[in-house]
Amino acid sequence: MSSLVSSRLHEDIWDNRLLLARLITEVENDTATGRDALEILYPHTGNAYIIGITGAPGVGKSSLVNQLALAFRKGTGKETKPHVGIIAVDPSSPFTGGAILGDRVRMRDLSGDTGIFIRSMAARGAIGGLARTTAQVARLMDAAGFEVILVETVGAGQAEVEIASLAHTTIVVDAPGLGDDIQAIKAGILEIADILVVNKADLPGVENTERALQAMLQLSNHSGRASSAGSSSTPVWEVPVLRTVSNKGEGAFEVMENALAHLHFLRTSNEWEKRQHLRIRDEVENLVMQTMQQHWMKNLPPSALDKSVEALYSRKATPYQTVKDLLKLSGFNFD
Amino acid sequence: MDQKIRVLIAKPGLDGHDRGAKVIARALRDAGMEVIYTGLRQTPEMVAEAALQENVDIVGLSILSGAHLTLVPRIIELMQANGQSKVPVFVGGIIPEEDVNVLLDAGVKAVYGPGSATTQIIDDIQKLMAEK
Ligand SMILES: Nc1nc2c(ncn2[C@@H]2O[C@H](COP(=O)(O)OP(=O)(O)O)[C@@H](O)[C@H]2O)c(=O)[nH]1
Ligand SMILES: [Mg+2]
Repeated sequence: MSSLVSSRLHEDIWDNRLLLARLITEVENDTATGRDALEILYPHTGNAYIIGITGAPGVGKSSLVNQLALAFRKGTGKETKPHVGIIAVDPSSPFTGGAILGDRVRMRDLSGDTGIFIRSMAARGAIGGLARTTAQVARLMDAAGFEVILVETVGAGQAEVEIASLAHTTIVVDAPGLGDDIQAIKAGILEIADILVVNKADLPGVENTERALQAMLQLSNHSGRASSAGSSSTPVWEVPVLRTVSNKGEGAFEVMENALAHLHFLRTSNEWEKRQHLRIRDEVENLVMQTMQQHWMKNLPPSALDKSVEALYSRKATPYQTVKDLLKLSGFNFD
Repeated sequence: MDQKIRVLIAKPGLDGHDRGAKVIARALRDAGMEVIYTGLRQTPEMVAEAALQENVDIVGLSILSGAHLTLVPRIIELMQANGQSKVPVFVGGIIPEEDVNVLLDAGVKAVYGPGSATTQIIDDIQKLMAEK
């Protein structure tokens, strides 16, 4: 085991920013050390409240994250100030694999507060708006004592629904002036929203954006992901539409209050349990598939794939039979 | 599995434009690196803390204000204090000839003037990382 990881890791990592930062890298690179760390820490996780922030590039996600973190650190008056972890995901270049991670630019207000930890992540080719290891990085922060974790997604578009299975509360951000027809927020992404925010409420067109969102909400008869239950006795979450001016800090406190109200809703209905189970199921399924894939690639004899391609090319073999043969060659037997 | 060189590009001090820093950031991205860019007017404390949180492999400081002799040694000191003594620091910007050695003595790995080719910086970083 690496020197970073001992069996007392859950004690070591508590309040230890340097160790946390280094372990995040291990987890991000999917190293053996990273996996060891996650295994040891797992029993000590599940405590953090994870909020996802998604929406098109430029709507003000990072600015809102900045303000939300400030709001949480000021506290709600009732409780002690939570530690706030932030994960900001940006796209990787499909050509070079490199990335510019610039979200910290909007978060300079947070520097100097040791109760806040910001980590930028490149998506590294993943297309769901998060990096493949974002959930695991959140788990490390959870274990290190961060009670609130804010996750900013890439914001590239429609397929970004992954955040909804990671976050307890998903905030979808929109802004006026993105063009009402080609709204970044289409039905797909709207469905994952627990809270809708119209940021840049200082700009002309706020009412239009707000109205468009309200209309879409009604159209999809959407009242949070709990609505599927349908019966009148089950509590229902009404998705609020809130205004913010995030470069000035207006409205962030209300967003926090609504998030906490949503958390309360989750806790007092059966939604919390339901979502956590779904999330864990997703995770296990993904891990099983990843592991099988890795196992297959590792155990396949060197030229087997080339030979199969050749045989398929010359029409001497057929696809499904080839798959069976290739799986058998690396130790899987499905007959 | 998926190792990437992570670089912090920071602009400490009060000078108001970051074109140079952005050029470097883009060049490093195009060389396949992950560049954390923190924007203008960073204090030494901000730089040292961002480097820690992001666990970067290397830190690049872009300074045009002339305040390099106070800012750079302070950043290196803070990075040593918070456990990053092994993280190399390079400086880019307008640095007078006679200050270059002062910075190198303070622990800076390399100093790049305005005329430096980004390919040189990329090469140097890749070599440094290969030695690690
Ligand atoms: N006018 C206005 N500009 C804003 C507001 N919030 C953020 N911005 C600006 O919008 C730009 C993009 O913000 P950013 O937070 O980086 O957006 P992101 O790409 O969604 O993370 C920046 O220039 C911000 O200063 C707002 O409420 N009003
Ligand atoms: Mg952003």
